[in-house]
Amino acid sequence: MATQPTNDPEMPDEEPVGWRTKLRYFLNSDFVRSSPYWGIPFLLMAVAVYGGIGYNLAISFTDYAGLSQPTFESFDLEMYRTAVGNEAFRRAAFNNFVLLVAFTSVSLGLGLFLAVLLDHGIRFKEKIQTAYLLPMALSFVVTAQLWLWMYNQENGVLTVIIEGLGFESINWLGNPDFALAAVIFALVWQFSGYAMVVYLAGLQSIPSDQFEAARVDGASTFRTYVSIIIPQLKESSVSAAVVLMVFALKAFTFLYALVGQYRPPNGTDILATLMVRQAFKFGKWAYGAAIATMLLLLALGVIAPYLYYQYRQGSL
Amino acid sequence: MSQSTSRPNIDVVSLVEDVSLRRVGQYTLVVLFLGFFLVPLQTGIMTALKTNEAVARSLPFAPPAGQGFTLSNLEFAFDRLSTAFINSLLMAIPATIINVLLASMAAFGLTMVRWRGQLALLSLFLVGVFVPYQAVLVPLARFWNNIFPLGRMLEPTFAAVPLLQGHHSQLVPLVITHVAYGIPICTILFRSYYKGLPNSLVEAAKIDGASITKIYRRIVLPISKPMFGVVFIYQFTQIYNEFLFSFTLITSANNPAAPVTLILPAIGTSTSGIDFGIRMSAAFLAALPTIILYVAFAEQFAKGLRTESG
Repeated sequence: MATQPTNDPEMPDEEPVGWRTKLRYFLNSDFVRSSPYWGIPFLLMAVAVYGGIGYNLAISFTDYAGLSQPTFESFDLEMYRTAVGNEAFRRAAFNNFVLLVAFTSVSLGLGLFLAVLLDHGIRFKEKIQTAYLLPMALSFVVTAQLWLWMYNQENGVLTVIIEGLGFESINWLGNPDFALAAVIFALVWQFSGYAMVVYLAGLQSIPSDQFEAARVDGASTFRTYVSIIIPQLKESSVSAAVVLMVFALKAFTFLYALVGQYRPPNGTDILATLMVRQAFKFGKWAYGAAIATMLLLLALGVIAPYLYYQYRQGSL
Repeated sequence: MSQSTSRPNIDVVSLVEDVSLRRVGQYTLVVLFLGFFLVPLQTGIMTALKTNEAVARSLPFAPPAGQGFTLSNLEFAFDRLSTAFINSLLMAIPATIINVLLASMAAFGLTMVRWRGQLALLSLFLVGVFVPYQAVLVPLARFWNNIFPLGRMLEPTFAAVPLLQGHHSQLVPLVITHVAYGIPICTILFRSYYKGLPNSLVEAAKIDGASITKIYRRIVLPISKPMFGVVFIYQFTQIYNEFLFSFTLITSANNPAAPVTLILPAIGTSTSGIDFGIRMSAAFLAALPTIILYVAFAEQFAKGLRTESG
């Protein structure tokens, strides 16, 4: 600012002009000129998401528990050690893993089955697809209420059916042996329609002459699907699986609304419910932050390979 | 009989083929799954319309009969939910509008114009889609409660505005939070749409000397109208249905600023257990706005989901 190159007649032409040209060139570049468009959203997102994650990480290294300020004097991995050594944490991590694997695979399987079922010659296909997908428009809080009633031991639909068949009714949500399965079943109900939509889109992109060719060769419909069509749905499977896993990681709200408030969910504690209980009920903010960090690592473990795969495919 | 009608002769062979065993099996399964997906909703609605006695006596999926029918559960639930509805709308509508606008601009800046390092920046947006919100809850609570209590600061201003209440100011941090965390997914949705547009569209305008602003306003904005609809519906549903942020910032169902999702699990609970007539009424009412949106825009909703999956 102090030295203005233009005021100095002795300066050789190239230097200042080069510098100014460079600046002008930079200011005219697409990077700068498009920045008013992506700049504000990017800053907002970066502060909220990455700033939030960073701050959470910083708190997780302290022993902040309620009131006043977190002090960064005791900066160590104490909270992580406590968590890993804790039975409740290990149990929650295990449940998280079971939920992730069981929910995703069952939803994918059912979604694929539904997509194949609707793919050929079904009337009112659009309407039926809409009905299958309807649960997904509902909030976790609402679906939790519906399934609370479905599973109700006194007069819920499942109880009535099971007793109608002459069996003894089961306290689905109250029994630790069944609770997690009951939760997974309800989540499959809510989200398998999503897998179906993704698979239907995948099926539509497969040219129908492959069916014709297989038929000419004398292959049955089942055989055609198993050997020719389904192997081509790999990309649909990958993208649906990733999104479903993210839903599974977000299942906190469902569990919270289903089994209620802060009390430890009966055999269905996952990292998210454990984290919220520790942080918001007991005020163990640092401990909650440490659990949250590990949950984030779990999520990144799912999506990082996916993003890399997308990047390699050039479809990012 | 069929011969005498004016309809042209039906292809009997294909008709028989059509009613083959496999077809019957296929439709049976379709109907069974229709039951699977709709019974929880159906039993909820039926229960919402029954008296307590009928809820205990009748089959859960049977419609209310005679004396068992009542609208009082619905009325009670609506009474409890009415202020929460207003809170939810005051939160979801502004948040969605700002979100959609910002995301469309971001996607335009990151797609239609090309520069180095764009992909790296975009990856940051993409990761943001998948981050579990638990990882930011503690900072969020600390930021809005201790560091920058915007809700409390705005309270007198809000109290002075007609139609608004002082407690509505607590929704402002919530709106900002929803906008910030909604940007990644909405940007990706818009980007997948912009990526599919022909490149020549922008290139031609550039050669003609159109500025970036002009390209956005004159070309991109008009052609992305359908995508605005999709993203708006998708994001409104997301924010309306969201629970965790409200839980973190509003905390209690007793707070007058509590949105619908926060109130719902607290309705119809007493010492003797859950009053399912009231609870199902409330659940159905709470879900009504998104069900209506979904049924009216089913095609766009499905499209939004497909795009989300990449």
